[in-house]
Amino acid sequence: MTMTRANLLIKASPWLFTIGLLLFWEAVVRAFNIPTFFLPPPSLIAQAFVEFWGPIARNSWITLETTLIGFGLAVGFGLLLGLVVGWSRAIYAGLYPLMIGFNAIPKVALVPILVLWFGIGFVPAVLTAFLISFFPIVVNVATGLATIEPELEDVLKALGASKLDIMRKVGIPRTLPYFFGSLKVAITLAFVGSVISESVASNYGIGNLMLQAQAQFQVPLIFAGLVALAVEGIVMYALMAVLEKRMTRWAQRSGFSQT
Amino acid sequence: MTAFVSLENVSHAYAGAEGAPAVEGLTLDVAEGEFAAVVGPSGCGKSTLMKLATGLQFPFKGTVTVAGERVSKPVKIAGMAFQAPTLLPWRTTLDNLLLPLEIVEPYRREMRRRKPEFAERANNLLGSVGLRDQGGKFPWELSGGMQQRASLCRALIHEPKLLMLDEPFGALDAFTREELWCVIRDLHASRKITVILVTHDLREAVFLADRIFVMSARPGRVIAERRIELPRPRDLEVTFTTPFQDIVHELRAHIVKARQ
Repeated sequence: MTMTRANLLIKASPWLFTIGLLLFWEAVVRAFNIPTFFLPPPSLIAQAFVEFWGPIARNSWITLETTLIGFGLAVGFGLLLGLVVGWSRAIYAGLYPLMIGFNAIPKVALVPILVLWFGIGFVPAVLTAFLISFFPIVVNVATGLATIEPELEDVLKALGASKLDIMRKVGIPRTLPYFFGSLKVAITLAFVGSVISESVASNYGIGNLMLQAQAQFQVPLIFAGLVALAVEGIVMYALMAVLEKRMTRWAQRSGFSQT
Repeated sequence: MTAFVSLENVSHAYAGAEGAPAVEGLTLDVAEGEFAAVVGPSGCGKSTLMKLATGLQFPFKGTVTVAGERVSKPVKIAGMAFQAPTLLPWRTTLDNLLLPLEIVEPYRREMRRRKPEFAERANNLLGSVGLRDQGGKFPWELSGGMQQRASLCRALIHEPKLLMLDEPFGALDAFTREELWCVIRDLHASRKITVILVTHDLREAVFLADRIFVMSARPGRVIAERRIELPRPRDLEVTFTTPFQDIVHELRAHIVKARQ
């Protein structure tokens, strides 16, 4: 009996914490009389949400679309590059410093260049989302391939297995948990990329909506935009987590994270 | 007596390894159907011996011959098992056993057509090591000893002529280990397969082997060879007899000397 009660508590606890945070926020704003243009209380943000539902929904959709296309490119390209890098030590050694260097560049600094090439709007936002999110996928896929047990490799090589055989039978399956794990990180980063680009160089999307709200001093709307992003982020993350669980059940047998 | 596996004056060093080669002037013959054990101090190049005999590495000096052919590529007639069972966690035990058949010709070509037959063979093999009806389980649902049995089966599924064992029981508890000694003993007796066992455990070597090679410290070479005349089939009780203990002591003295 206590088992199920404990389980229920765990199920309910994310909601309880969220509601608790909102109540605390509301209470603090009211108790200290914080001006709403400085920090609007959740009730006001909810109001803005209702009032501006049309533009918020439209722009959220655009941001989501942009993010998903960029993310899709990142998955395709990241998987391919990860396999290539994991395939050969020489390629790994050659590309690694380049990738580190590239990853060290703040992607926001690339937006002006992308705008120069493609104009403002949709394309630079997709590309920023792509550029910012492919790196964790590459690294994870390459790591999965690089950590094949040498004994297992010996067993297969002694049977005359080609490198492609080892890749197909061992490398790729054992890389999948790394790959699906990296998707959770990548989708979150992809949102960062598209919103950055939208706020700097676009007339659409949540990023742009927030920028405009700021210009017009509609502070609750800025926060409403943030909430919209948070909701999208959580939904996509949850989708990736479900996908990960589904695809790599064998790798999730530990009870460690469930207690 | 013609040698099935023969290393003649073999020296080998790993690229990038500084100092002494892993083995130097190593000479060793194993007859067909013989059970050979190789013992020696840590780092004496026992694992290198495994790699040389299976064609994963090639010596810079000397020749390695297996089944009358000079080794110049991986020896497909060999099966290998290591201290870690290295089963694939995303495959069931049965599918793990089938893995070598998906790689080695001619099975590879026939995999699709003859899969039921191969699965039957795998099940029989599992039965012969006491794992009947466990094929549907995933490796992580099996105990360490059971995993190691499955690993042995995987090494045997393509009916190799040569079985290479690199400390296959090192990670097991004493009782499970002795159980698996008997499994190996019976597999060897029933299949007439040539076995080379690399081990630290002298009792294990004496119990199982027809002949024991003692290797020196790095660079490894054979410093003593001991034929074990204990009658077969050997029972675990034999390990408590005086002749058995005497051989173990004698080998131990060689190793102690080799370590100095």
